[in-house]
Amino acid sequence: MGKNYYNEMYDAAGSVRPPYSGYAEWLAEMPAERIASKRAEADIAFRRVGITFAVYGEEAGTERLIPFDIVPRIIPANEWRQLHVALCQRVKALNAFLYDIYHGQEILRAGRIPREQVLNNTQFRPEMIGVDVAAGIYAHIAGVDLVRAGEGEFYVLEDNLRVPSGVSYMIEDRKMMMRLFPELFSRHKVAPVQHYPDMLLENLRTVAPPSAADDPTVVLLTPGAYNSAYFEHAFLAQQMGVELVEGRDLFVSEDTVYMRTTRGPQRVDVIYRRLDDDFLDPRAFRPDSMIGVPGLLSAYRAGKVTLANAIGTGVADDKSIYPYVPDMIRFYLGEEPLLRNVPTYMLRKPEDLKYTLDHLPELVVKEVHGAGGYGMLVGPSSSAAQIEDFRQRILAAPEKYIAQPTLALSNCPTFVESGVAPRHLDLRPFVLSGKEIQLVPGGLTRVALREGSLVVNSSQGGGTKDTWVLED
Amino acid sequence: MLSRTADHLYWMSRYTERAENMARLLDVTYQMSLVPKSVAAENQNWGAILALNSLEEPFARGYDAVTAENVLRFMISDANNPASIYSCLRAARENAHAVRGTLTSETWEACNSTWIELRSQNFQQIVSGGIEQFFEWVKLRSSVVRGVTFGTMLQDEALHFIRLGGLIERGDNTARILDVKYHVLRSKGDENATDFYQWAALLRSVSAFEVYRKVYRDIITPERVAELLMLRPDMPRSLHACTKGIVRVLRALSNHQSAETERLAGMLHAQIHYARIDDILRQGMHEVLTEFMNHIFNIGEGINRDFLAQL
Repeated sequence: MGKNYYNEMYDAAGSVRPPYSGYAEWLAEMPAERIASKRAEADIAFRRVGITFAVYGEEAGTERLIPFDIVPRIIPANEWRQLHVALCQRVKALNAFLYDIYHGQEILRAGRIPREQVLNNTQFRPEMIGVDVAAGIYAHIAGVDLVRAGEGEFYVLEDNLRVPSGVSYMIEDRKMMMRLFPELFSRHKVAPVQHYPDMLLENLRTVAPPSAADDPTVVLLTPGAYNSAYFEHAFLAQQMGVELVEGRDLFVSEDTVYMRTTRGPQRVDVIYRRLDDDFLDPRAFRPDSMIGVPGLLSAYRAGKVTLANAIGTGVADDKSIYPYVPDMIRFYLGEEPLLRNVPTYMLRKPEDLKYTLDHLPELVVKEVHGAGGYGMLVGPSSSAAQIEDFRQRILAAPEKYIAQPTLALSNCPTFVESGVAPRHLDLRPFVLSGKEIQLVPGGLTRVALREGSLVVNSSQGGGTKDTWVLED
Repeated sequence: MLSRTADHLYWMSRYTERAENMARLLDVTYQMSLVPKSVAAENQNWGAILALNSLEEPFARGYDAVTAENVLRFMISDANNPASIYSCLRAARENAHAVRGTLTSETWEACNSTWIELRSQNFQQIVSGGIEQFFEWVKLRSSVVRGVTFGTMLQDEALHFIRLGGLIERGDNTARILDVKYHVLRSKGDENATDFYQWAALLRSVSAFEVYRKVYRDIITPERVAELLMLRPDMPRSLHACTKGIVRVLRALSNHQSAETERLAGMLHAQIHYARIDDILRQGMHEVLTEFMNHIFNIGEGINRDFLAQL
């Protein structure tokens, strides 16, 4: 591809960047056998603990390990400070947007976003209009995907405001690194991330409904043990010390949510739900949902229970709304956006469609409602036949797609079969919003293990790395 | 605690215990088969295992004859047989998986690694590794899971449901082993040297051989074996010890609707507590044990209704 990718560890002249100097020195001293045995140890430990994920489309119940790479991704303190401020700004504006479109719709009236883009969006939930949610927060947990294209040059790829996952890997990867290489942590001042579950619990308690008891009951609602992220659901529930419930464990009576316990019904105040809107309540959304709670929407609208994230957040992280986020920041906060958006061509617009079709081999094309790296075209690494195939799909329904220039995603040295080689990566920090906005210093670093690949999703063969934010 | 969580904990424990007891039953049958006897008589012993679990039909669908190898294969490795050790340990692991957040990581890891290890070997490998070693391994893994559970888990409701599942299953299984083996051993009627080995094998299968020696300091007689496994309060796998444990755990778990189940358990325990072996033998072992298993079944139903059911 001939691009000059930013390498996280080495500068253009091939010298080690300062944040990596200690690590590079240590790695150079390490005998290859020790590295190999440590990598094997990590693999066994992850399998024994059962940190696996299920892969859709493969035989039911297939569990795979997400490959873990032992070279950390290191972020210096000053860079993190900037990211922290920038992420808070973005999530604050997104929550303001969600409040607005379900109340006064000022941003639509001001003409900053075309009305039909919001109101006709399948992720817009009319049921939420006029509903007052606790503290006015909709996206309590946001997993913002960032990529770096150069020094200090971060782009947001996606905002992920529905049920973002991966935070358990952030914590488990750190635990694994500390177990395998304790000496590295005495050499570096790495900011801790293990308190994330405490921060999350505290955050969820601050958004309990006003009618809740002083000590609100928080639960985590999972689709069940066969969900791809079940490990994470169980992990977070355990770490927070809250019940891990399935839809059948809950019921609604007189607009109050209860869980069935061995001592009879117990009231539930806050539900950290890890299933999509569509499945939450068969009476309100998909009637065939077996994993939801009948009557939940009604209890929610009555203000008797808090859902985190709220119903209807998908309209703000939709790829067709994404291009307007910088405008939201200007509109609601009166500030200039600190994080960049990737330029986005919306194929419902004839001029964008024409440009895209003329430049397919250079572009990344995504489904507006797609997620998980399924159903996308990465022009530069696709064959002529694949591009032609995608062209037909676009022509059939252009409004379903957006296109973006191929970003020069930064890369980082990574252990692969042929040895250590650079692989592309992204970063997903987790931003928590309640009475205030908080995040632990770090996030999930995902790495594309195939040479040249820009797709980091675990369902597409991506791996993870421990993410170090260095303290001053 | 969530009713569903309690249900998973209870069944995790029952399936672990069931796998262990199946290993014990197969082990004693295997040991007994090593003493010379006719092929027909031996196959009858293996057939009794199928009858005990009402598995004759499913067995006949997959196997042409009741032989030691077929029954062992069916009861150890056959994934289609819900009572096989393979199926029990898989079910135990699946139940544990569903509530892994409630278990300590040690308990979950013990349960998960048992399953991973079992899955990695097929029946041929088990046989070539030595079938007795395999039974030892199943018993050992069960002990490990139990030990780690009691050694690491908070002594709260979750642990009570784990205990309850184990005790219900164990009481039922001790009664079953005794019923099928006592029946086979007594029906021969003659007293000879082989009997000693048979009774010794039965005692060993419930880890009671040394206990017997210690308690009775005398030759092995069928009556004492029955007394030991049914009535001794200090024998951990006896019916007495199991029912006593059930009564205690139910008292700790007591809720607004569990009085009837507690009453059933209390009555069953009282019956065993005040029973005499002579009376039991006069009534007939098989009858007494069958009645006991029915009571255990009813208590199990009561537990399901009072604590675990999704209303």
